[in-house]
Amino acid sequence: MKPVLSVLILAMAALFASGLSAPGLKAQEPLRIEITEGVIEPLPFAIPMFVAETAGASDVARDITGLVSADLTGTGLFREIPASAHISQVATFAQPVAYADWRAINAQALIIGAVSVNGSQLVVKFRLYDVFSGEELGDGLQFAGTTDGWRRIAHKVSDAVYSRITGEGGYFDSRIVFVSETGPKDNRLKRLAIMDYDGANVQFLTDSGALVLAPRFSPTGDRVLYTSYESGFPRINVLDVASVGRRQLPTAEGSMAFTPRFSRDGGQVIYSLSNGGNTDIWRTDLASGQHTQLTNAPSIETAPSLSPDGSRIVFESDRSGTQQLYIMSANGGEPTRISFGEGRYGSPVWSPRGDLIAFTKQNAGRFHIGVMRTDGSEERLLTASFLDEGPTWAPNGRVLMFTRETQGASGGPRLYSVDISGRNLRQLPLSGFASDPSWGPLQQ
Amino acid sequence: MMNLTKATILIGALALSACTNPDRFGGTGTGNNPGTIALENADQLTGINDVTSPEYFTQAIGDRVFFEVDQVTLTAAARATLDGQAQWLIGNVDYLAIIEGHADEQGTREYNIALGDRRANAVRDYLVSKGVPASRLRTLSYGKERPVATCSDESCYSQNRRAVTVISVASIG
Repeated sequence: MKPVLSVLILAMAALFASGLSAPGLKAQEPLRIEITEGVIEPLPFAIPMFVAETAGASDVARDITGLVSADLTGTGLFREIPASAHISQVATFAQPVAYADWRAINAQALIIGAVSVNGSQLVVKFRLYDVFSGEELGDGLQFAGTTDGWRRIAHKVSDAVYSRITGEGGYFDSRIVFVSETGPKDNRLKRLAIMDYDGANVQFLTDSGALVLAPRFSPTGDRVLYTSYESGFPRINVLDVASVGRRQLPTAEGSMAFTPRFSRDGGQVIYSLSNGGNTDIWRTDLASGQHTQLTNAPSIETAPSLSPDGSRIVFESDRSGTQQLYIMSANGGEPTRISFGEGRYGSPVWSPRGDLIAFTKQNAGRFHIGVMRTDGSEERLLTASFLDEGPTWAPNGRVLMFTRETQGASGGPRLYSVDISGRNLRQLPLSGFASDPSWGPLQQ
Repeated sequence: MMNLTKATILIGALALSACTNPDRFGGTGTGNNPGTIALENADQLTGINDVTSPEYFTQAIGDRVFFEVDQVTLTAAARATLDGQAQWLIGNVDYLAIIEGHADEQGTREYNIALGDRRANAVRDYLVSKGVPASRLRTLSYGKERPVATCSDESCYSQNRRAVTVISVASIG
């Protein structure tokens, strides 16, 4: 992946804002989607083909325009008004916006962009307009990078548009690390892979020589922790994404180490360690090599996930007799049970916003992905199937990705995403089986 | 090449000089298909008739025991099999064993790894209680990663909830 991108806020000078507001129109709500409300009617927007400002830029301009539209419509929050309905044509980036023409087709948001290519250098600029108030929403932005990084630049544009309209951070310019699976169910080969959030640019990080499970991104996305059977026994490996170099993480002594996650600063790893058939949660400091046992119970304690401020850990335990979710201090101590509904709860993951815990629930022969508040209240199940498991949060805490496995000998896992209102369930467009996604941070 | 890789990993991990089943880390049942062993080792086709052979252990005594849903308790049938395993291991001191715990697909990945670990250790503890030196036994869990039966109902699940005792020749005689 090419290093990105420069960002430039376009000067206000070329603007034409004043005088173009629309007297006579009825008062409109500001252009804003409140995601928590659970949007039912997507916001209509228009995105005319970005203007090609240099010879030979029209192909990439078309690709970028299409990808920005796909990003936005893929959220379920936006609906594109097709170009065939456009009245006004956009020939130059600087031409005044004919608001009346866009209002006439009920475009609430308008995205105007331009693309120039010089050699391998790509420059994309855009402006976002609130059509009904007749004003620009935020400043224009310009991104510069290389032509082979055009998807990232398009995602940057999408993130800016999404962020301005929703008031939330975006998640389009982010990557997913996951397990790619091939072969029959009783001879499955697994290897680590990485891809863009939308399934593009899949690259393999390991070969399939050893079983690998449950990769987890570091907070900055530079490293991946995962469970590997490379030594013959489950151990935690650390992989450097850029070099694909890997090493085994020294853990406390035990027969198996698994379910690792980084601390927020990337300097510590929390994980499960088995000894004599008992699994507990441990922490290892990467710099000092010091190991700390955080739980000490004869039951299964596993799947730890830290709160964003690093002060608490949510994990699963069967100390009550079935798998349930508990929260304890990041330094261990007496945990508090937070799940009390029917069925079993596992693989909890703390939201990056800190407000919710996502989890896997198993009840009455079905699996669900759900969310609850950190005190266990307001549990909501977002999905239901034969086997859903292993949620991971988008960087903005508004979307979850997870594994959905179909049943039977020919069944297999695929990656899906769903927003936290339970809407917009989507399967990622990957050609083969895939499992255990971990959603990385927004890229810089 | 795959077998070579796996054998290398095994030797590195356990300091074993030989491996009766180089496919034990493969996907085809993690070394628990006796038919495969016999076919791959034609010179040992008669091994099952030799009570000191790994083939005898695997096929005549039985290399695996089965568990109820979400349980780690050894059934009477399991204990009978393990009594035979213990007797064989005590009488054949040149062999080590790795006990592999497995779960069916009903359950989350990480919980099933922990559950399979409990099952492997239930077997280990029983063998030790019958006199097998703990130093000759190791355990690990594959969770739900290595099913031997692939359908999604109890007829397959009951075969997958298992602990398999995999025999290897000790490195130093």
